[in-house]
Amino acid sequence: MGNWMIVPVVLPLVMGALTVLAVRHDLILQRVFSAFTVVALLAVSIALVSYAAHTGPEMYALGNWPTPFGIVLVLDRLSAMMVLLTSILAIIVWFYASREWDKRGKHFHALFQFQLMGINGAFLTGDFFNLFVFFEVLLIASYGLMLHGAGGERLKAGMQYIVVNLTGSSLFLIGVGLIYSVTGTLNMADLALKVPLVPDSDLALLKAGALVLFLVFCIKAAMVPMHFWLPGTYANAPAPVAALFAIMTKVGAYSILRLYSLAFGGTAGDLSWLVAPYLLPAALVTLVVGMVGVLAAKQLTRMVAFAVVGSMGTLMISISLFTPDSVAAGLYYMLHSTFAGAALFLIADLVISRRGQFGGILHAAPEIRQSGLIAALFFMGAIAMASLPPLSGFLGKLQILSAAQNSPHMIWIWAAILGTSLLNIIGFGRAGSVLFWKSSATEGEIQTASDQTFPPQAIIATGMMLAMLVALTVFAGPVTGYLHDTSAELFDTTGYIRAVMGADAPVAEVTTVAPFAQ
Amino acid sequence: MEFLVASSIGLLSACGVYMLLRGRTFPVVIGLSLLSYAVNVFLFAMGRLQVDMPPILSDSATGYTDPLPQALVLTAIVISFGMTAVIVVLALRTYLEIGNDHVDGLPGGPTDSGETK
Repeated sequence: MGNWMIVPVVLPLVMGALTVLAVRHDLILQRVFSAFTVVALLAVSIALVSYAAHTGPEMYALGNWPTPFGIVLVLDRLSAMMVLLTSILAIIVWFYASREWDKRGKHFHALFQFQLMGINGAFLTGDFFNLFVFFEVLLIASYGLMLHGAGGERLKAGMQYIVVNLTGSSLFLIGVGLIYSVTGTLNMADLALKVPLVPDSDLALLKAGALVLFLVFCIKAAMVPMHFWLPGTYANAPAPVAALFAIMTKVGAYSILRLYSLAFGGTAGDLSWLVAPYLLPAALVTLVVGMVGVLAAKQLTRMVAFAVVGSMGTLMISISLFTPDSVAAGLYYMLHSTFAGAALFLIADLVISRRGQFGGILHAAPEIRQSGLIAALFFMGAIAMASLPPLSGFLGKLQILSAAQNSPHMIWIWAAILGTSLLNIIGFGRAGSVLFWKSSATEGEIQTASDQTFPPQAIIATGMMLAMLVALTVFAGPVTGYLHDTSAELFDTTGYIRAVMGADAPVAEVTTVAPFAQ
Repeated sequence: MEFLVASSIGLLSACGVYMLLRGRTFPVVIGLSLLSYAVNVFLFAMGRLQVDMPPILSDSATGYTDPLPQALVLTAIVISFGMTAVIVVLALRTYLEIGNDHVDGLPGGPTDSGETK
C-alpha cells in the first residue's frame, strides 16, 4: 500500500504528457483525461490518508537506492492530508474550468496536471533538493496557467510573478548549497540527524543556509515583506487558476513547517526552533498588511488576494508558536483558508463576468443577473473569510487564539487576530453592499459580449467549494482529532526519521521543547 | 583559486542583483541570467574546490571530488536555461501587447487596480 504514494506524482505526469501528445486537438478528450486524473487522485489520496493514519510515516525509495543516497518520498499524516486537500481542490477547479475557461487558451488541462504533479511532489518529497525540483515543476506549470488566455495586464503581472519566483529559485539553490556544504546531505531526515553534530565553527554557515531557505519559503507563502507578487498575480490570474493557486501559498507554509520542525526543531541543539523568532513578527505584520489591503483595495479580485495574504498571516502566527496545539489549530485554519480563498476567487469571477464593462471595480453598477443567488454566495464566502460563525473559519481562529493563550506574546497575537477580523468584516461588508445593494438601485444597462454565457456549472462548482467549508465545520471533531495526531507526529520526529533512515537511526534528544518557552 | 572563484561569484551576484532591480525587462532578464551563473558556480564550489581529482573513489585514488554538487549544478543549469527562454518570450510578448518594456508599466499608464484603462 505504501508504494501507492508515488501515484500522486506519476499519474498527473503521465496523463499530462499524454494530454499534450495524444489529444491536444480535442478539448472534450482533454477534459476526460483531466477528469480521470483528478478523480483517480482523489481516490488514491483518500486511501493514503487512511493508510497514513494507521501506520505512521513510511518511505518510498525511488529506484530502490538506499537512503540517504537515493531519492525518497515520505508519506506521513501531514503530507497525506496535503495531497488530499490538493485533490479535492483540483476536482472542483476542474469542474469550474471545464465549461468555459479552458477554451480561452491552449493546453489548459496539460498545464493543470503538471501543476498537480509539482504540488503533490513538493508535499511528498523527503529531500530538499527535490523540493526545489518540484517547486520548479509547479512554478513552470503555474507560469503557463497564470498566462492562460493572456491579455496585457495579465502578461505584466505574470512577468513580475516569474521574475520574483526565479530570484526565489536562485536563493533556494544558495540555501541548499550552504546546507549541503556543512552537513553533506540533502535528505531531510538525514539532515535532522546531522544538524546536532555540526561543529560550532560551521554553525554560522548552517544557520545562514537555513535562513536563506526560510526566506525562499516566505516568498512562496507571501509573507511580508515578500508578499508583493501575490496580489497582482492572483488578481490577474484566470479565476479557476487563482482558486488552484490557493494551495500554492500553502506549499510554502508546509515547507516551513516540515523542514523547521524536523531538522531545526527540538533536537537541533543551538539551532532549535531557528525560525520562530523571525516567523512570528513577520506573520503578525503579514496579517495586518493583508487586512489593511482588503480595506484599501478598489478591485474585487485584488481585495480577495489581500484577504489571502492576511489569512497566510493568521496561519503562520499559529505555526510560528511551534507547540502541538498551535500547529494543529494552524493546520485546521489552513484547510479552511484554502477553500475559503478558492471559493472567493470563483465568486469574484461569477460577479465580474456578469458585470460586463464594469468589471471588478468596487463601484456601483446596474444590477447583475442572478443577483440574489450570487449575493448569497458572496455573503457565505465573506463570512468564511472573516471567520465568523457558523463556518469553519470561526473554529479555526478560536483554536488558534486558545493555543496562543499560554504564549508570552499572547497580547500581540490576540490583538492582531481580533483587530484584523474587524477590518476584514468591514472590507467585505463594504464590498458586498456596493456590489449588490447599491447596484440594485443604480440605473443603466450592462453590456456583455454577445456570446457570453452564464453556465450553471460555475455556480455549482462554487457551491461545492463552499460545501467543503460546511463539511469542515460539521466534521470538525474527526478532522481536529486527525490534525492533533498529525501535529504530535511532527513534534516526535523519531518516527519520521526512523522510517527514512532505518529503525536504528540515532535520533538526538529533544533539548528545547518549544520556542518562546520561559 | 579560492579567492578567484569567490570574488567572481560575488561580482556576478552583485551585477545580477543590480540588473535585476532595473526598471526595464531586458536588464532584468540579463540580471536573472547573471544571478543563475553565480548560483551555479556557487553550488559547484560547495563541493569544495579540488583540482585533477576523480569524482569516484577507487583503491588507487588519493582523493576525490564530490560528484553530487556537479549533478545538482547540471539540474540547476537545465532549469535556469529553460526559465530564461520562458522569460525572454514573455518579455517579448509583454512588449508587443502593452507597447512598452517597463516591468511595472509606465507612470500614468494602466495600473492593475483597474482605475485607468
